[in-house]
Amino acid sequence: MSAPQPNTFRAGPDERGHFGMFGGRFVAETLMPLILELEQAWHAAKADPAFGAELKHLSTHYAGRPSPLYFAERLTEHLGGAKVYFKRDELNHTGSHKINNCLGQILLARRMGKTRIIAETGAGQHGVASATVAARFGLPCVVYMGATDVERQKPNVFRMKLLGAEVVPVTSGAGTLKDAMNEALRDWVTNVESTYYIIGTAAGPHPYPELVRDFQSVIGTEVREQLMAQEGKLPDALVACVGGGSNAIGLFHPFLDDADVRIYGVEAGGRGLEGNEHCASLTAGRPGVLHGNRTYLLQDSDGQILEGHSISAGLDYPGIGPEHSWLKDSGRVSYVPVTDDEAMEAFQLCTRLEGIIPALEPAHALAQVIKLAPTMKRHEIIVMNLCGRGDKDVFTVGRMMGWDL
Amino acid sequence: MTSRIDKRFAELAREGRAGLVTFVMGGDPDYDTSLEILRALPAAGADIIEIGVPFSDPMADGPAIQAAGLRALENGQTLARALDMVNAFRQGDDVTPIVLMGYYNPIYSYGSDRLLDAANAAGVDGLIVVDLPPEADDELCLPAMGRGLNFIRLAAPTTDDRRLPTVLLNTSGFVYYVSITGITGTQAPDVAAVSQAVARIKRHTELPVAVGFGVKTPEQAAAIAAGADGVVVGSALVEALRGSLDGEGRATTATVGAVTDLVAGLAAGVRGARATAAQ
Repeated sequence: MSAPQPNTFRAGPDERGHFGMFGGRFVAETLMPLILELEQAWHAAKADPAFGAELKHLSTHYAGRPSPLYFAERLTEHLGGAKVYFKRDELNHTGSHKINNCLGQILLARRMGKTRIIAETGAGQHGVASATVAARFGLPCVVYMGATDVERQKPNVFRMKLLGAEVVPVTSGAGTLKDAMNEALRDWVTNVESTYYIIGTAAGPHPYPELVRDFQSVIGTEVREQLMAQEGKLPDALVACVGGGSNAIGLFHPFLDDADVRIYGVEAGGRGLEGNEHCASLTAGRPGVLHGNRTYLLQDSDGQILEGHSISAGLDYPGIGPEHSWLKDSGRVSYVPVTDDEAMEAFQLCTRLEGIIPALEPAHALAQVIKLAPTMKRHEIIVMNLCGRGDKDVFTVGRMMGWDL
Repeated sequence: MTSRIDKRFAELAREGRAGLVTFVMGGDPDYDTSLEILRALPAAGADIIEIGVPFSDPMADGPAIQAAGLRALENGQTLARALDMVNAFRQGDDVTPIVLMGYYNPIYSYGSDRLLDAANAAGVDGLIVVDLPPEADDELCLPAMGRGLNFIRLAAPTTDDRRLPTVLLNTSGFVYYVSITGITGTQAPDVAAVSQAVARIKRHTELPVAVGFGVKTPEQAAAIAAGADGVVVGSALVEALRGSLDGEGRATTATVGAVTDLVAGLAAGVRGARATAAQ
């Protein structure tokens, strides 16, 4: 892209929620007053030291932050190039980065006097994190989950139910994340007065992409401090998987203005980009409007949204957070696809070499690290966000490997 | 310039009655049947016709209209085909107002300017785009006004007096009051609350106010019509159509009649409303 570069990549969004041409507030009128109220509540909360202090306290004592920054020594040796560090967000309470956002949003919901929580979920990690914070604060919680995902993520469905949430399987469309999000929006429009919608990714109408990013930026902020302490320098490259893109924007955002840090977002390439069986909206999609924001989408020539495919339920979404669309077009971040098979290989390598079972989502990021590290010098450093643990995926992986669990 | 919609509401005011606004999903269950239904609607009693443009992700719609959209998409309906339909309808009817209703992405994909030119050429009178709030007026609303097309805005129970002027600012043709906080075709509206809301909106605008989302029966239509300028019925018509399909979801000889019979009943309800209210 030869577009003129901004002075900073960290100033967005503007007051209308735009990152360049992306983002915005494309919602039905019934929701519009609520979206505006949420924006006000968010700005007030950000300015309130008590809000920050409560979030910090919960992050430390309930979620277990900061998560470690771990030097993956054997993987580094195996790849024979750059030093590979994992940001261990899979060690958070509930097993992924999703808790960072859920803690922030439930505090916001309480400030707004909301008495009921709804959420959408793909892999179930956000559903579990939402059900967890709802239980912690004694609020009823309904989680919308595509029927296909309910089937392939059974352990997480059970966890949500244990936590007291109602899990509603969504059968419209292909029964995956986008359909769950449609149904959550329908619930919200019906119960606007009482209900707070915890969106799980850095997408949706403004201010969600901004507030989810801000809650997830703790990841990158910690990485900066931890790597400075451990290595005395900034990373040379950052790698994270992108579905909606919340873990990635959380890692990337604090580094966007460090021009020497190369940044890679890894999309789900599914069975390859030739057909429609992938979720690489940035690589293979074009801009459109869905779920309240303008962003890159997988769509047909009539503007109908396509059902993507990924082995990973958490990446199975035909859109992407609007800030990622802007970062792609501005050229600041490189977005690359990784196939199901590459992710599976990375999954197994990580398990055997490091004794860490990653979720299939960060296994995509790892596949990019496997390609990237050998091309870099031994003194250079890659930080990858290991944003979720793989317990939930053992059935899927077992099936792929021909094991009957 | 006076649009077909303005003229129709002026006629209705002279007749002293509310109008019946019928929503059908364009291309449901197939192009030819859908066009036949459109052509039969005015004689059955429809005063204004809304043609739904199907979208894969209709976030504001209930199960009935979701299913109708899917049937239409499976049978090849597109935004371009919806414009073809309006063109074909206009060959035999140059007075009944036609409004296209749907979501923004198919329009954005088609190209907003290109769509507005094509809509004008086809004889479309207005647009309702559910996910374009006034905050996004520069996307489509202002260019539409510039070409003489009405941009009809939804006002909701959550739209308070402070926000109403924003919503009404660039609205033309009529205001579509969403009678429930919810999705289409689910709950029944509370008639008393709706009348109050319509009165509230009328304090802010001279435009006619039509009420929809959840009106199903001639009785409900009559009750709403007593206090509004128009009554919108959609899900009930779409459900009547669905009930007439064969096991494979194809149209039968009963399909057109299933829709027009219900429209006739609703029209009788709407037309009788003011007379009843006056007695």
